[in-house]
Amino acid sequence: MSTRLASGGRLTNRSKQIEFSFDGKRLTGFEGDTLASALLANDQMMLGRSFKYHRPRGLVASGSEEPNALVNLGKGDTHEPNQRATTTELFSGLEATSQNHWPNLDMDIGAVNGLFSRFLTAGFYYKMFIHPRPFWKHIYEPFIRQSAGLGKAPKAEARDPDTYEHFYAYVDVLVIGGGVAGLQAAKAAGEAGAKVLLVEQTAHWGGRAVVDGGTIDGMEAEEWVKTTLEALGKMDNVQVRSRTMGAGVYDHGYILCYERVRDHAPLAGGPRHRMWKVRAKQTVTATGAIERPLSFAGNDIPGVMLASAVRDYVVNYGVSVGDRTVVVTNNDDAYRTAIALKKAGMDVPVIVDARQMGGGALMDEAKALGIRVETGRGIAKVKGGKRVTGVTICNQQGEGAMIEEIACDCVAMSGGWSPVVHLWSHCGGKLNWDDAQAMFRPDHDRAPTSHDGKPFVTVAGSANGYLGLKDVLEDADTAGKSVSGSSAMTDAPKAENAEEKPLEPVWLMPQGASYDLRMKAWLDYQNDVKVSDVQLAAREGYESVEHTKRYTTLGMATDQGKLSNINGLATLSNALNEAIPQVGTTTFRPPYTPFSMGAIAGEARGDIFQPIRKTPMHQWHMDNGAEFEPVGHWRRPYCFPKAGESKHDAVMREVRATRDSLGLLDASTLGKIIVKGSDAGKFLDMLYTNMMSTLKPGKCRYGLMCNENGFLSDDGVVARIDEDTFLCHTTTGGADRIHAHMEEWLQTEWWDWKVYTANVTEQYAQVAVVGPNARKVLEKLGGMDVSKEAIAFMEWKDGTLGGYNARVYRISFSGELSYEIAVPANQGRDFWDALLEAGAEFNVTPYGTEALHIMRAEKGFIMIGDETDGTIIPQDLGLHWAISKKKEDYLGKRAQERLHMADPNRWQLVGLETLDGSVLPDGAYAVGEGYNANKQRNTQGRVTSTYYSPTLNKGIAMGIVHNGPNRMGEDIPFMAVDGETIIRAKIVNPVFFDPEGAKQNV
Amino acid sequence: MLILQCPYCGVMADETELHAGGEAHIKRFGPGSSDEEFEGYMFGRENPKGVHFERWRHVNGCGKWFHAARDTNTMEVFGTYTAQTSTPPEDLLAQIRDKRPGFKWREFS
Amino acid sequence: MKRYSAFAIAREALKGHTGWERAWRNAQPKKRYDVIIVGAGGHGLATAYYLGKNFGITNVAVIEKGWLGGGNTGRNTTIIRSNYLQDPSAAIYEKARSLYETMSQDLNFNVMFSPRGVLMLAQTEHEVRGYQRTAHANALQGVTTEFVSPERVKEIVPIINIDGPRYPVLGGLWQARAGTARHDAVAWGYARACSDMGMDIIQKCEVTGVTRENGKVTGVETTKGHIGCDKLGIVVAGHSGQVAELAGFRLPIEAVPLQALVSEPIKPCMDCVVMANTVHGYMSQSDKGEMVIGGGTDGYNGFTQRGSFHHVEETVRALVETFPMISRLKMLRQWGGIVDMTGDRSPILSKTPVEGVFINCGWGTGGFKAIPGSGWGFAELMATGHSPLTADFGLNRFREGRFIDESVAAGVAH
Repeated sequence: MSTRLASGGRLTNRSKQIEFSFDGKRLTGFEGDTLASALLANDQMMLGRSFKYHRPRGLVASGSEEPNALVNLGKGDTHEPNQRATTTELFSGLEATSQNHWPNLDMDIGAVNGLFSRFLTAGFYYKMFIHPRPFWKHIYEPFIRQSAGLGKAPKAEARDPDTYEHFYAYVDVLVIGGGVAGLQAAKAAGEAGAKVLLVEQTAHWGGRAVVDGGTIDGMEAEEWVKTTLEALGKMDNVQVRSRTMGAGVYDHGYILCYERVRDHAPLAGGPRHRMWKVRAKQTVTATGAIERPLSFAGNDIPGVMLASAVRDYVVNYGVSVGDRTVVVTNNDDAYRTAIALKKAGMDVPVIVDARQMGGGALMDEAKALGIRVETGRGIAKVKGGKRVTGVTICNQQGEGAMIEEIACDCVAMSGGWSPVVHLWSHCGGKLNWDDAQAMFRPDHDRAPTSHDGKPFVTVAGSANGYLGLKDVLEDADTAGKSVSGSSAMTDAPKAENAEEKPLEPVWLMPQGASYDLRMKAWLDYQNDVKVSDVQLAAREGYESVEHTKRYTTLGMATDQGKLSNINGLATLSNALNEAIPQVGTTTFRPPYTPFSMGAIAGEARGDIFQPIRKTPMHQWHMDNGAEFEPVGHWRRPYCFPKAGESKHDAVMREVRATRDSLGLLDASTLGKIIVKGSDAGKFLDMLYTNMMSTLKPGKCRYGLMCNENGFLSDDGVVARIDEDTFLCHTTTGGADRIHAHMEEWLQTEWWDWKVYTANVTEQYAQVAVVGPNARKVLEKLGGMDVSKEAIAFMEWKDGTLGGYNARVYRISFSGELSYEIAVPANQGRDFWDALLEAGAEFNVTPYGTEALHIMRAEKGFIMIGDETDGTIIPQDLGLHWAISKKKEDYLGKRAQERLHMADPNRWQLVGLETLDGSVLPDGAYAVGEGYNANKQRNTQGRVTSTYYSPTLNKGIAMGIVHNGPNRMGEDIPFMAVDGETIIRAKIVNPVFFDPEGAKQNV
Repeated sequence: MLILQCPYCGVMADETELHAGGEAHIKRFGPGSSDEEFEGYMFGRENPKGVHFERWRHVNGCGKWFHAARDTNTMEVFGTYTAQTSTPPEDLLAQIRDKRPGFKWREFS
Repeated sequence: MKRYSAFAIAREALKGHTGWERAWRNAQPKKRYDVIIVGAGGHGLATAYYLGKNFGITNVAVIEKGWLGGGNTGRNTTIIRSNYLQDPSAAIYEKARSLYETMSQDLNFNVMFSPRGVLMLAQTEHEVRGYQRTAHANALQGVTTEFVSPERVKEIVPIINIDGPRYPVLGGLWQARAGTARHDAVAWGYARACSDMGMDIIQKCEVTGVTRENGKVTGVETTKGHIGCDKLGIVVAGHSGQVAELAGFRLPIEAVPLQALVSEPIKPCMDCVVMANTVHGYMSQSDKGEMVIGGGTDGYNGFTQRGSFHHVEETVRALVETFPMISRLKMLRQWGGIVDMTGDRSPILSKTPVEGVFINCGWGTGGFKAIPGSGWGFAELMATGHSPLTADFGLNRFREGRFIDESVAAGVAH
C-alpha cells in the first residue's frame, strides 16, 4: 500500500494538518503536500479512468507531465474539471472527485469497453458505425460522446466568481524554469546588469537537483539554491516569480507566462490567475527534462510509476508509493530511486536493468545496500487490476517467456529522459536527434529568430540535453552570460557529474514482445494508445507521424504527449524501419500545459467586456426607460416606452408626436470630422461622389462616399465652415472608419496635399429638434435668429440658444422642419434638459432610432446598412443626382465603370407597398420565373427596409428590383420565409410622404 | 506578435498598437485606365513567401502610416520607413539583398 | 479494397489485426497521367474522387508536398453549414453539405458527419435583419434554415448566456442539418477511395515547375522528376500564389494565418455549433469532449502556421462572455493554418490563362465545409469545361466587378 512514512518530506510541514475530501471521503494531508502526495499518503492509488477503455488509472508522475491523475476540483460556480492532482497544492477544504466513470470509480460500467479492446483498436471508429446512416447521429455518436470527455462539464448557469488579470512586462532576459540551471542563468544575467525575470511553474525552487542531491560550490544542492535565491533577491534588476509557468513563445520575443496566484489559497484576495505578457529581448528556457516510461505489458496498471516520481514522493513528501517496489530501467538514474527507497526503509526486491552490462557506480551502490540487480532482463508483464500485485521477469532480448514472478505493489520505471523542448519549438526552433542519449535536443544553429533575424531563445541545462550536474551548471552559466552580453570571467558553480554508464534505448520490453503483450503495452495512458495501435497505423499506411498521431490519438490527450510522444515516435520508426529523425516529430504548440480561459480573457468581462461609449445624454436615456440597441460601440435608444407601453407602441407614438408637434433625437453619435486646409475642397471632391469644393461657406450638402471598389460606404451632410474648413458628418458606425479612410488617402496617396483632419465626434453633443414646432421651441430658448430667412434649409449658423453655444444646421432626415444643433459636449445634457423644459408645452417627445428609421423611410431616404450592404453602388439607389458628372475622378468612379457595375440589369431602388397594407417581411425576396442551373428559385428583387408607417397607417417598404423604376404600379410576388406563401406588393415611388417637401421647407 | 518600429515617433510598437494595411507601393489607377490595370491595382498582390513590403498604421499611437520590409516566412523585419515615398529606400534594399541574395519583389529587387 | 465494417473488425480482432491492408497505396509517379492534381488536401482529393466517380477519369495522380490532409484540412474547426446569403455560395456549400450526409456510406469510411445544427447568433438589430434576409434567401435556395427566438436559442444551447450585459441575444439563424465531421477522416476516406480506383497519391513530392507548350500545360517538374499530364488542377490552399507563379500567372490572393484552439475535454454540454459574429467567436464540442474554438485571422501576410496571440485572447474573451461557464475550462492547444483570402472573400474555381491548368483556391476561413461540393464542381469543370456550381467563381469576376460578397454589412445604422 501507499502510505506516509514516519519521517521525511522536505516540502511538507508535519505540524500542520490539512483536511480535504476525495470522492466524498474526508482525508487529511500536510501543509506542503500536493493533492497527489496527500492522496497517496491515504493509500488512494486509483484516481480515475482512462478515456477509451475506462481502465483504472493511478499516478504516473509527480509534475505537470502527469497524464492520469485528473480530478474535478471544487463544485458549483468554482467547479473546475481536469485539474492535475500533481500540480494542485493542497489547501484546507479542497474537494476533489474522480472523473470519467459511472456510477463510481471502483465500479465503472464503461470499463466494459476494455473487454472489447481487441476490437476497439486504433481508428476502429473510422471502420464501423457506417450503417445504417441515421445511427451515427442518433445512437453511436451520443454513446461515444458520453463515454469520452473527461471531467464533468461546469453547470450551464455556473458563473465564475473569480477575477483574472493581465500583466505586461518588458525585460532583457526572461528565464523560464527555477531549477539549478534557471537559477544560475538568471544569476549570470543579473550580475551582468540585465533586467531579468525568472519564473518557475511550481511553488518550489531547485528542480530535480534538490531531490537527487549533489554538491554545488561545496554546498548541498538545497543550500546552494537557497543562497542563490537570496543573491537574486538582492539584485534590483532581477524579479523572480514562482507558481508561474512559461506557457508559450510567440514571434518577436513575446512570451506568455501563466501565474496561478491563489489556486493554492482560494480564500485569499486578488485575482486567481494572472497572464503575463512578456516582451523579452532574450529568453532562456531552463525547463528541464521529463522521464520516459517503458513500454511493457501492463505498464498502465495503478502502481506503475516513473522512477523519478517514486523518488519525489519519498523525498519531497515522505510518502511511499508501495511497500515493495520493483525498479525497471535502461539507465543509471533509476538506481537513485532504488537507493532512496532502500534508505527510507522500503523493500526493493529487484532492479531489472535491460542493459546486458548493467550500470555503473550507482549500481554498485545499490548492490552494496543489498539490492538484487538483474541485468539484460525486462518485465514481461505486470500483474494486477486496480493495483500492481507483481511482475514477471523475462529476457529483454526474448519474446517474454517468464523467468520469474516477483510480488510487488509498485513498479518504478525509467526509459531515459527527454529534454523539455516545447518552448524552444513553439516559434520554429528545430531539433536534432542525439543517438547516444536517445533524445531530441535543440539545434542551436536553427534557433527561433526574432524581428532582427537573430536567435531569441537559448536553451540551458537538461532541457538542452545535459544531464550531469556539472554540465547543467556550466551550460546555464554560459547561457546566462551570452544572453546578457556578459564578459565576466567568472567560473560556473563547481559541481561534479555523477559517473554513469550510457543508457540503452529500449522502445519495447521485451524486444520481441508478442501481439498479446504489445496490445497491453501502453504509450498514451490517458487516450489508451498502445504499441500495437501505432504498429497498426503504420501497417495501414498512416506513415507520417502526424497521420499516426491523428489516427491513434497518440499524444492528443491533456498532457499533449509529454510522456508518450518519443516512445510513440520510436515505435513508429521501428515499424517503418526508418530512423527516428527521418520520421520527425509532431509540432509543439502552446500552451506548455493548459491554462484557464478566464486568464486568457483577463479583466474584460461583463460590464467592461467592451466598454460602452456614452453620449452626454446617455444617463438621461437610462433614467427615462430607454430600450437600447448597440450601434458600433455606442448604445442608442431604440425607443422610450412609457410604463406599460410596448416597444412597438412607443415607436408609433414617437413618430406621431414628432410629425404632429415636436420630437428630439440624441444625434451625438453621428460622426463629425473636420477637414481643413487649402486643399480640403479638392480632397473632399475625391472622397465624395458629389462636388464639395463648390459648396459655399454657411451651406450644407448631403454627400455619398464610396470605397475604391465602387461600393457605397457612408453618407452624411457636409457643412462648409469657411474657405479652408469643412465639417463632415458620417454615420454613427462610420466615424472612426471614415476618419481612418481619410487619413489613409492623405498619408499614403496624396501626401503633398495640404489637408488636416480631426475626428471631433465626441467633442460635441448634437440634438435633432424636429417637427412643426421645432422653430417655436428654439425661439423660446432664444438667443439667435432661427427664422427661415436667417437659416434657410441646408444652411448652418453659429450662435447661442438659451445661453448655450450652438452651431445650428438646418437639415432634415425626417422631412419635417428640423434643426440639428451641436453644443460643446460638456453642455450637452444641460441643453437637452433645457429643450425638454421649453418643449413641454409642445408635448416634446424624445425619440429613438426606430422612429428615426421610420420617418426617413417615409421620406424615401436611404440608410447605410439597410439599403446598402457592401454590394450596392449609388447608381443602384437612384442617387445619380449625388454623383457629379463634372469630376474627372473620385474614389470608386473607375470601379463603377466595370462591366458588371455598369450593367443595366442591376436591381434598382423602388418603394414597395403590399396590396393589403400589411408590412412586408424584412429581407424578403421577390421571386422570378423558374429556377437557375443550381435549382435555386430565380429572384428579381428584395426588400431592403420595411416598416409600419403610423403616418400613413400602412406598411411601407423600400427595396431593389430588377428594372424597378420602369415598373411603377406593377405588383410583384415576394416569398415569405416559409418558402411557400406569396405576398404581392406594388412597386411605387420610394417617397411615401410629403413628396413636395412642404413640411420641411417652412 | 510582431513588433515594428514606427519611423515617425520612434516607438517599438507592439502589433496591438498597429493596423496592417496590406501591400505597399501600389500605384493607383483611376478613370482612363484599362480594365486590366484597374484589376491589377485593386486585386493583384505579390503575396510573397519571403521579403514583403507592406503598409502599417500606428493607429493606437501617433496615427501615422508607414512602410515595413518584412519576411512573411521568418517574420524578420528589415526596416521601416516613411509612407510618403513610392519606392523603398536604397539602403534598405541593399541590406535586404545582402541578407537574402536573389530576393525578388516587383521592380524593387 | 477490403470493406470496412463491424464484421471486418471482428474478423481481424481474432487474428491480431494483421489482415488490414494499407488505406492507400504508396504510389510512385508514372510518366504521365490524364490529370494531375497538385495538393492532396480535402479539396484536391475530392476533385480526384469525383473525376473518377462522375466522369470515369481514373488515370489521375494527386501530388502532395508533405503528407495528405496535412494542410488546412487537418487544421480547421470542422464546421459544415450552407446558410449562405448569395446564390452561388449557397449552391456550392449546400451541394457539399448534402454530400457530407452520405459521405461515410459513399466512401465506406466513417467521417462522422454529425448534423447537430449550427446556430448563428444575432446580437444587434442589424444582425437580426441580416439573418432574416438570409433565411428568406435560403428558403429559395433549397437550404433549410430558420430564424429563431432568444428563448429557442437558450433551449438549443443551454450553456449560452442570452442576457449578457453587452450584447443580449436577439435571435439566431438555425440550420438544423448543418454540423461537423471528423476532418482527417474526410481526407483519408477520399484518399482510400481514390487509391482504390487506381489513382496514384504521391506524398512527399514537391512541384517545382509547370511545363507548357504553346500556352498549354504538358506536365509538372517535381522532386520526383517530370510527370506529364493533359490537365492540371492546382488545389494548394496557403500556397496557391506560389504554385500559380510556377505556371506563369498571378492570383488575386493573399495568404494570412488563421488560428483555432481547443479546450481540455469535458463531458457533453453543447450539442451544436454556435457562431457569434458580433463578438467574433464560434465554438462547438468535439466527440472527444473538447470545446473547439475558431479564432481570427492576422491582418498581415504570413506563412508560419502560427499567428498572433491577441486574436486568441479576443476570441476567448468573446466566448467567455457568451458562454460564461467556460471560464474555468482550460485551453489545451492552439494552432494556425495559412488561408488564401481573395478580394471578395469568396473562392476561385476557375480556368486560368494557361490552357489545361485549373485553379481551386481562395476558400479563406471556410473551406472545410465545402470539400465535397468543391470537388464535385471542380471535377466537372476540369472534365467538361463548365460547371454550374463553379460558374460564378471564375477569375474574371475581379475584372468585371462581379463579386460574391457574403459580408453583408458595409456599415451600421445612423
